[in-house]
Amino acid sequence: MTNQYRVLPGPEHFLPPAAASMGIRLPNPGEAHIHGVIVPEEQALEEAARQFLMAKVPTIFPGPLVLWAWNEKAAKKATAIRHLYETIKECVTPQQQAMLIPMPDYRPKYPKINPEVEINPNHPNLTIWHNKIDCCMFVGVHCHQANLSLKIIRGGTSCYTIAMCAQAGHEDAMLSFRDASAEKIMRLAEWVRKLKGTVKVSQVVSKSGASN
Amino acid sequence: METTSVIGTKNKKGQVYTDPRVMMNEAPRTPSFFTGSEVIKEAVRRASVDVMIAYPITPQSEAAALIGELFAEGYIGDYFRGESEFAVMSECAGAAFGGARVFTTTAGPGTMRAMENFPMWAGARLPIQCIVTCRGINSPLSIQPDTIEISYLMQTGMLVWHAETAQDFYDWIMKGYMVSEEPDVHLPLALCCDGFFVTHTKDVVNLTPADMCLPPYDPYRSPVPCMDMECPPVRMMRDPFVMKSNYISYATHASWQQEVWAAIERSRKHTIAWMDGLIETENADADVLIVSSGTAVSQGREAIRLLADEGIRVGLVKIKTLRPWPGEEIREATKNAKYIIVPEFNVVGWMAREIKASIPNSDRVIAGPHVCGGMTMPPEIIVEQIKHALGIRSAALAGRGS
Repeated sequence: MTNQYRVLPGPEHFLPPAAASMGIRLPNPGEAHIHGVIVPEEQALEEAARQFLMAKVPTIFPGPLVLWAWNEKAAKKATAIRHLYETIKECVTPQQQAMLIPMPDYRPKYPKINPEVEINPNHPNLTIWHNKIDCCMFVGVHCHQANLSLKIIRGGTSCYTIAMCAQAGHEDAMLSFRDASAEKIMRLAEWVRKLKGTVKVSQVVSKSGASN
Repeated sequence: METTSVIGTKNKKGQVYTDPRVMMNEAPRTPSFFTGSEVIKEAVRRASVDVMIAYPITPQSEAAALIGELFAEGYIGDYFRGESEFAVMSECAGAAFGGARVFTTTAGPGTMRAMENFPMWAGARLPIQCIVTCRGINSPLSIQPDTIEISYLMQTGMLVWHAETAQDFYDWIMKGYMVSEEPDVHLPLALCCDGFFVTHTKDVVNLTPADMCLPPYDPYRSPVPCMDMECPPVRMMRDPFVMKSNYISYATHASWQQEVWAAIERSRKHTIAWMDGLIETENADADVLIVSSGTAVSQGREAIRLLADEGIRVGLVKIKTLRPWPGEEIREATKNAKYIIVPEFNVVGWMAREIKASIPNSDRVIAGPHVCGGMTMPPEIIVEQIKHALGIRSAALAGRGS
């Protein structure tokens, strides 16, 4: 099948399709995808670093699988995520604002979420809009919940989404890694440092996206 | 827990946890003469099943009772009887939410009674395996094969596979767990066969060694939390997520449903690797193709043999999986066919409808012959259907279906 569909920043549609239903396939080990096209992992690491450095508000959303030290790997990943966040903060200009906002659980938050302190998979767009986040990375979020969020974000915002998935990856992100490990997250931080000063901050302002 | 860490170690019955690819593709096989129900038992013996829940009703296949014997022998972690088919499927959900590998069986009216649970399983991403030994569902009741219940299961968000033979059944029970437990799939599987024809008849089945078994299920690879009473999907009610009427609730529900169907799409890659494709073809370049699933395929093979004796060449497409639906494969396999004959064991012709929706020039599809309510499908009525399509006169047969 010739697949013309590409996973791009939105706002895409009132109800955007699941990318898997549009023929987008997940990468095999050692690979990643960018916009639905399978690429070598190293290329995706470079592109993810570039997206972080281009964004006005590059943000990491750590989920419950890395927020709690339920095993040694989770604790190591959490340390690596913190390191990535600190690296992004160091490498961006004073006009950019790196953020680290947790997704502590998956309960819908009513009557109102506090978008400054958390994100929720059922209405992630609220946190994106409130903080004007234009690039985000999901890490440590259960795959089902991550896909819910990624579709909703693509539907209603212009935020660039990255998934650092510990399993098979996410078609619904614009860029997705698979088999995430502390080492892979550290390699991403290395790429951020390597590209520091070489990337121009995005000037794009979307009508209904995160940059409003 | 790392699943691979147990490979090579033994379970409490002395079976060795074996790499599933080695076990299914390389291990020696022993020919054995078994009924379909006995084959289910032998597959479950090797599948490291934690929990089996049954609602033994009369009439039934022997499978549930035979698996009870496995429990008595110590091969299954827990086994009990539910209060009804609905209760069984709900209890299966509870066990799977708790991180167990779960197995159950159902058929006919029981499937329909339990139906509410199947989309719930799929929505909750529970990789339960349910054997469906299809039989009639309408009044007056029939214990004989009729595949109409499959058409309902195809809309639930479950994986749906349709076995032709007892050998398919044996292999697919174990391969089914391997596909449905992949974290990017993680859906329940309805593994269907035509009841009675497959369950109650004996056939030679090549079994893998009884001292090898699948590695256990690893619930920590699940795409949803294993058991979190405060979060959907375990927390089904009380949340505004369910109870509120607003755009966010609707959008989340919509995204949730899309994700279930996306997971079915993701299962293609794994299923193709395990089952050597979603379809199987013979003489696919013939002008006339028989396309179907289950034992209609077996009858089609016999019809092809009868027609070959008369010098008429007919091909075959065996559809193994209904969800995921192999639309692209069917399009490719039938691209040169002038006539596509779809024999089915049900009155509505759901298979023909699915095929028509998948291919260009769908007037090539001839929906039939159909039998239902437990009738057998003599290969001669398929032969007659094909001759009719080709404009060849043949003697009328008594007892034709619709």
